[in-house]
Amino acid sequence: MQPYEGGGADSRALSRRDLLKRAGVVGVAAAAPTAAFAPTAAPVRDRERLEALTALEAEALEAIVDRLIPADSNGPGAAEARVARYIDRALAGELASLRASYSEGLAAVDAYARSRFGEPLADLEPAQQDAVVRDLEQNVATGFPGGSRTFFELVREHCLQGMFGDPVHGGNEDFVGWDLLGFPGVKLSFAAAEQQMDVTVVPAHKSTADFPLFKRGRKGGDGEH
Amino acid sequence: MSTSKKGADVVVIGLGAGGGTAVLPLAQAGLDVVALEAGGRFSVRDFHADEIRNDIRNWLGRAKVNDEVPTQRRTAAEESVPAIAPGRMMNGVGGTSIHWTCQSWRLMPWNFKQRSETIRRYGAGALPAGSTLTDWPLAYEELEPYYDKVEFLHGVSGKAGNLRGAIDAAGNVFEGPRAREYPLPPLRRTGFTEFMSDAAKRLGWHPFAGPAAIRSQPYRGLNACEYHGFCTWGGCHVDAKGSTNLTAIPMAEKTRNLKVVEGARAIEITVDRDGRANGVRYMKGRKVHFQAAKAVLVAGYTYENTRLLLLSRSSAFPDGLSNNHGQVGRHYLAHVRAGANGVIPGRRLNRFSGTASQWTAVDDWDSDFFDHSTLGFTGGGTMSATMEAKPIGAARTTPPSIPRWGSAWKAWLKENAISVASAATQINVAPYEDNFLDLDPGVEDPDGFPVVRVTNDLKENERRAALFVQGKCMDWLREAGASEVWPVAPSSLSVQTHAYGGTRMGDDPDANVTDRWCFSHEVPNLGVLGASNFPTSGGRNPTETVMALAWRTADHLVDEWEAITG
Repeated sequence: MQPYEGGGADSRALSRRDLLKRAGVVGVAAAAPTAAFAPTAAPVRDRERLEALTALEAEALEAIVDRLIPADSNGPGAAEARVARYIDRALAGELASLRASYSEGLAAVDAYARSRFGEPLADLEPAQQDAVVRDLEQNVATGFPGGSRTFFELVREHCLQGMFGDPVHGGNEDFVGWDLLGFPGVKLSFAAAEQQMDVTVVPAHKSTADFPLFKRGRKGGDGEH
Repeated sequence: MSTSKKGADVVVIGLGAGGGTAVLPLAQAGLDVVALEAGGRFSVRDFHADEIRNDIRNWLGRAKVNDEVPTQRRTAAEESVPAIAPGRMMNGVGGTSIHWTCQSWRLMPWNFKQRSETIRRYGAGALPAGSTLTDWPLAYEELEPYYDKVEFLHGVSGKAGNLRGAIDAAGNVFEGPRAREYPLPPLRRTGFTEFMSDAAKRLGWHPFAGPAAIRSQPYRGLNACEYHGFCTWGGCHVDAKGSTNLTAIPMAEKTRNLKVVEGARAIEITVDRDGRANGVRYMKGRKVHFQAAKAVLVAGYTYENTRLLLLSRSSAFPDGLSNNHGQVGRHYLAHVRAGANGVIPGRRLNRFSGTASQWTAVDDWDSDFFDHSTLGFTGGGTMSATMEAKPIGAARTTPPSIPRWGSAWKAWLKENAISVASAATQINVAPYEDNFLDLDPGVEDPDGFPVVRVTNDLKENERRAALFVQGKCMDWLREAGASEVWPVAPSSLSVQTHAYGGTRMGDDPDANVTDRWCFSHEVPNLGVLGASNFPTSGGRNPTETVMALAWRTADHLVDEWEAITG
């Protein structure tokens, strides 16, 4: 586990690879933090063993979701939430049918990034990465058989799931997505006072998996998530 | 290889809202009932509070429905494509009555006679062009005793607005007369539901606490709601919802006259030489079984009812069972959804809990409760402002004025996500000549059976109605203090949980599959349960009507047993 590199947004001027070298890690799933939240944020952790994606695909995916939900003065982003880990795990399980779409799409993203800026997406500067993602959204990035917007929408939807879904599925690490929205987390009961307007509901910071009621039980029981 | 089971009096295919209700009067009458259910039994431990598992992946539908999602297209000239969204029906003992939202409505009296009332008030020219609109073959008054039975079976929570003609503004002043008060008071009111109620009153409307098949208090040994916020698309972790697996099914099993076969996927309803139904072939695992019966009740979801009839071909019914008049799959309806969102600046609405059945409803713009003379459409829809916002859904709910990603989007969510209010409507839909279901010639389920193909387009009457009521949703949000209001475009999402028709009920055998009792015009001992019987959608949730109709059909089968099966 590595601490954040210090420094502000301008540390993004370094290439991502340089940054990782300085951090002394390989495959860190993160962009640089901003000074605004870095002091209190949990450090970004090493990427676990990938379950579906290749390392190169994971780098491209991490770069996309990092631009979709960047870490900034409003708090942690997709990197800290481990959105890419959510997607990787899903592609090895429930979303296995989309595995090929991701492989093709991520390869196309890198090819487009190279054609426009000379480097794969992960090695570009944030402004360049934003330009690539914007082209995906506008459906003008070339090399996508189904149109780049289709791939953009696929990744965006899964990015929302990884950022704001229950942490049991591998994303929303430390409940950073729920804290961003003000979503209080899983509680099995809400009091009348908590359903009044303008009260602040204390975040429970609990996942569905934290409740014994929903723990996997007997054989043939509740099964996978 | 096929194995035969001892013959039953009645075999019921599907044990959800319809079948799960009908088995109670059948078993209590002493009939020997076998129910074939594609799913298994769930416990509260299965009902995780998990938006991804429930809302997105539809874990409860994995036994069957997730593998047979219909394809869709707008017109018969188009190629079908996979559904945009899977629809979220489920399989299991209790069926979709396990994971429904539980907004528990009676249809309005007008819904049963939309055609004749439209002609009477506005002339025949006001009927939607190209529609096959008919009145229902029964009136609200005939169904009222069954609505009453259903409400008292589950312990529906609400406040009467029309008690035997006496109007009470604390309830829904537009509803049809009911024989008695709801068995339980409304679910807990919240800051947000009252906030929206106040705004509606300032507009001169008649808001009320919408009725919920969720117990607001303990009822007949069953628990009350805990308001945890993962109600829709999940089962209840404290068994507080109006699910047939908690009420009618165990009561029927207690009589020892109901046998439930789990994991049984019906593949064909068979007929004898006279064209009478005589049993059901079903798969359990890879093995095919046959269950003989004197009467058959088909109680799948709308898509599956049509599919099973069309798959059940014989020399007597070469185009599918009960389809010699070519009506199976016709008169398909899908609720049109519309609405709006708005930001109430600086206010914490605290909608991130509870159930969407904790809500404020407004019926001023439904049915014919307002003058349509200059509006160019018939009908309307109920409006709702609900609790139970969930986080992924909340993150999707941003205005078109901001980017859809990046720091500006994120800043907007941080500032406003807790302040987003929504008002939504579901529009009453008429049937049309060219909206229909059939079997897709190119797409099969994993067992090799073709899936249903939905051909359905949003028509002008419903588009106008949706835009009109959507405007009222926007007025409502502005009155509540919203600084920015943005509409949700009317959509006739073709594959969904509010789908109707395909086995329409009506007196004319040339234009309807089932009669006024929901029995087939062509196969006298074949009944159909479910919203596939509805001639119109109504502008509100269907499940209580599905349950009431199913109970009535079962009572009819008991009362006319000799005539129907003789």
